Amino acid sequence: MEIINFFQYSFLVRALIAGSLMALLAGVLGVFLVLRKLSLIGDGLAHVSFGAVALGLLFGIYPFYVSVPLTVVAAFFIFRLGDKAKVYGDAIIGIVSAVGVAGGVLIASLANGFNVDLFSYLFGSLLAVSAAELYFLAFLTAVTLGFIVYYYRPLFALAFDEVSARAMGVRVKFLNNVLLVLSALTVAAAVKAVGVMLVSALLILPAASALQVAKNFRQALVTAAIVAVLSVWLGLVAALSFNLPAGASIVMTGFLLFLASLVFKR
Amino acid sequence: MSIIANIENLSIAYGEQTAVQAVSFEIKAGDYIGLAGPNGAGKTSLVRAMLGLEPLSAGKIELFGEDLSVFKQWDKIAYLPQKHHYNPLFPASVIEVVTSGLLSLKAAEAAKLAQPLLAELDLADLSQQLFSRLSGGQQQRVLLARALIRQPQLLILDEPTTALDPQVREKFFALLARANQEGMAIVMVTHDTADIGRYARSLLYLDERLIFAGPFAEFCHSETMKNYFGDFAQHLICHQHDHQHA
Repeated sequence: MEIINFFQYSFLVRALIAGSLMALLAGVLGVFLVLRKLSLIGDGLAHVSFGAVALGLLFGIYPFYVSVPLTVVAAFFIFRLGDKAKVYGDAIIGIVSAVGVAGGVLIASLANGFNVDLFSYLFGSLLAVSAAELYFLAFLTAVTLGFIVYYYRPLFALAFDEVSARAMGVRVKFLNNVLLVLSALTVAAAVKAVGVMLVSALLILPAASALQVAKNFRQALVTAAIVAVLSVWLGLVAALSFNLPAGASIVMTGFLLFLASLVFKR
Repeated sequence: MSIIANIENLSIAYGEQTAVQAVSFEIKAGDYIGLAGPNGAGKTSLVRAMLGLEPLSAGKIELFGEDLSVFKQWDKIAYLPQKHHYNPLFPASVIEVVTSGLLSLKAAEAAKLAQPLLAELDLADLSQQLFSRLSGGQQQRVLLARALIRQPQLLILDEPTTALDPQVREKFFALLARANQEGMAIVMVTHDTADIGRYARSLLYLDERLIFAGPFAEFCHSETMKNYFGDFAQHLICHQHDHQHA
């Protein structure tokens, strides 16, 4: 398909806008997650989202409405259990991730009828994003970017050194909780579009690329957002040009940009 | 002199393990206190508790007349921790780190205040450098600048000079002395008791309990010091101290 014809199809334009919003969200939030060694939280939450989608399909509730609250609950579970239990964060993410997938597969097996619907969430489809989901993404992007701009300096202090930030009176718990909720909502919103398997790549790859080249924190956030949006745009163009799956093309584009960032490493 | 901190009968425990037991002391404006003690004596736990970073098992802490549980005036206090928890991949420039100490001002205003501090600590040329690329000593100076830019009334330092070379150490302590003369109270945790003799005015010697509180000269000639340090070390440290203050 010629690129010029791309904009004649409203569903393609919607996919492009949804993908761009998701990229912005995942790009900036990914920087916080990667720096705090919570990269894989996206993967764990995506798997919970998979289980939640199965639950929604089982009870005939629109899956998005089930996956949003359950993903947020799972995010807090991961975070709090890290404090309480004598288990490292990566192990807790692994536990939650496995339980999410196992729950989804068990529900699908018991219900015996919606396997195709459920498994379409594994790889996602940007073209299937509904108008309501697009509005939610736009709202979430506005809230997230507003939050990061407004709290930029306390967030910097927190991300740089949490102990000193607490001693400076930074509202560490509040900022951590909001970041956690925004990350969980981003994952829940992104799962349908890019799929369970690929959502964490959107969170990690642009942030990892930005951290190779950025000379300060502001640059890291902006670069991650640009790399994420570029990954979506170039990935979609590649998908349409060569008739490839959109999610996988976006991730591979992100990976190529990451390789390029290694060349321009600071 | 006004009381900045009042610690009363403070105990800290981690499960069955007691770190600090029934410790009481006061910090007044202009104090320069060295907090020393053997390894595992509870020094770091004590200062972390004063900053609300450790739960108390018993006792109470008042800062600027307010109970710690309701204390909100954190801009009056600055802390230079023993271990830095930053991520080596973190892309922070020196100026970003220093100005992050002063969140009540806009970044540009804080950057203006940072310039003389950076110059004083020989960091002016490094302000746009990545923090992670600096040497340990340079990083420590950046973190001191982050603490001092707050213009705190109480500065708490935990083993602040371990990464500093001798010339920088002197500069570091000269800066602290000047801030102290201007009224800033300082509490410095150190395992180097001789440093306390050289720079601080009084000593808290902790070994789970508070073993000694008072002027260093008094500690120097006490049986307590002999018991902890032995004859030779006591003689060495005290001779140096007496010579310096003669």
